[in-house]
Amino acid sequence: MCGIVGLFLKDSKLEPDLGRLTAAMLSEMCDRGPDSAGFAVYGSETPGITKICAVAGDEAVAWQKVAGALAEAVGAEVAVEAIEDHAILKTKGDGEVARKWLIDNVPAATVLSQGQSIEIFKGVGDPDRVASRLKLAGRTGSHAIGHTRMATESAVTIAGSHPFSTGEDTCLVHNGSLSNHNRLREQLERHGERFQTENDTEVAAAYLTWRQREGDTLEQALERSLSDLDGFYTFVVGTRDGFAVLRDPIACKPAVMAETDEWVAFGTEFRALSGLPGIDGARIWEPAPATVYVWNRAA
Amino acid sequence: MTRTASPAKSGSGPRHNSTLDLASRTVREVNQLLHDADGGAFLIQNPRGLHAIAAGLDGDFDVTIDGHVGYYCAGMNKGGRVTINGNAGTGVAENMMSGRVHVKGDASQSAGATGCGGLLIIDGNASARCGISLRGLDIVVKGSVGHMSAFMAQAGSLVVLGDAGDALGDSIYEARLFVRGQPKSLGSDCVAKSMKDGHKAELRKLLDAAGVGGEVDVSDFRRYGSARKLYNFHVDNLGSY
Repeated sequence: MCGIVGLFLKDSKLEPDLGRLTAAMLSEMCDRGPDSAGFAVYGSETPGITKICAVAGDEAVAWQKVAGALAEAVGAEVAVEAIEDHAILKTKGDGEVARKWLIDNVPAATVLSQGQSIEIFKGVGDPDRVASRLKLAGRTGSHAIGHTRMATESAVTIAGSHPFSTGEDTCLVHNGSLSNHNRLREQLERHGERFQTENDTEVAAAYLTWRQREGDTLEQALERSLSDLDGFYTFVVGTRDGFAVLRDPIACKPAVMAETDEWVAFGTEFRALSGLPGIDGARIWEPAPATVYVWNRAA
Repeated sequence: MTRTASPAKSGSGPRHNSTLDLASRTVREVNQLLHDADGGAFLIQNPRGLHAIAAGLDGDFDVTIDGHVGYYCAGMNKGGRVTINGNAGTGVAENMMSGRVHVKGDASQSAGATGCGGLLIIDGNASARCGISLRGLDIVVKGSVGHMSAFMAQAGSLVVLGDAGDALGDSIYEARLFVRGQPKSLGSDCVAKSMKDGHKAELRKLLDAAGVGGEVDVSDFRRYGSARKLYNFHVDNLGSY
């Protein structure tokens, strides 16, 4: 199963409500994915600052100490904002270098995201509790993607929860399962992609990172994934200024979308969208199979 | 929790002797109330995409649902006339036995799946696998249907005023398919067939029942059905086993 929600705001007036609206959408999808949940929120940028989100595993992580060592590695100051078992590390240093350093040197933590805008939070257990503990409802921003997971392809762990992010400000959530992820993981590793799990979805996220690094637009990368990724999937993808949806050609996994002048929203089921402001007047449709849908925020 | 229905709704339009609000009652309570009744007219409000609304009706019911519904709405319907003023999620009217279900908006996957009898009308589009394993239900879709529609359909009809997606009627048995637009492709063992007067009369009857008989010309449709080549084992196919 798994449940996906996504909300991309076109009207900045709703930005203070992004977290509240996303939390309500996620709550409707609890029974589709009761074992773990996660969400990505895009917002609160500071020019020149990269945010790296990380979460501790079974043991606590001394984030201040990590920040000190990371500062030396990237040659720039690193500030820490600890939130429950998560930390947001903020630095003027290189985000990709910081991500790889953390993966290599802090095995007790999982790196969730890096970028100017993106922040990812994840937890194991009831999605409502995860959202409440990590204060989703109070978060603000321009777009958000959430996921409730019913694990099929890898263990129920924080690291195996969605969204997955391997590249700057890009994340992906997935309902389904990929069948060629092992071979593709090996290929992507040869292209320099760095993995933290055995999860099939992380491979799809890394695939998009690789394609975009090679110069593809998000749309082109998703078009290409139709021939390179094998399996069942409904993907929802976020970038710093974009939001995309793709279903596999068989379209086994459910999906519904709605759009108004104020927002575009995705839900695995309609009930996730039923509480959105203006839903009664929204254009509602089921995304077609093997069709890339992309929205971009005007620069 | 009380099971007493609200007072009758006055005013114009069809008379509803009960208004049931899903904002204040659970689907379980509303369905139990319908199952306990022999029939009657009911208006269901605030469906908000909830699942299995008005599933398992058995009797002389007129049920109107005001809004979008989730999965399996009006499933197993026997005799009820259900109108959905909105879109329907996966499996609307699945395994329906008799009566009529009318979706005023779009329907998601597997609309009318395994339906045995009655009439399902969809004013908008239906997505993948519409009428999968059809067993006697008639479906009229005023828009288009998605891929794998009428997969393994055994009996009944699927009428599509728009187009059909890939693999229409794959492995079909004796269900009758009428498509006004273009199927993207036909499934295995599904072929175009001639439209004789009897087929036209049958199609006319279905279009009339769906309320579009006056505006649609039966000559614009093509008929599709089984080539009956998958019915029996062919020794030539031995290598495939």
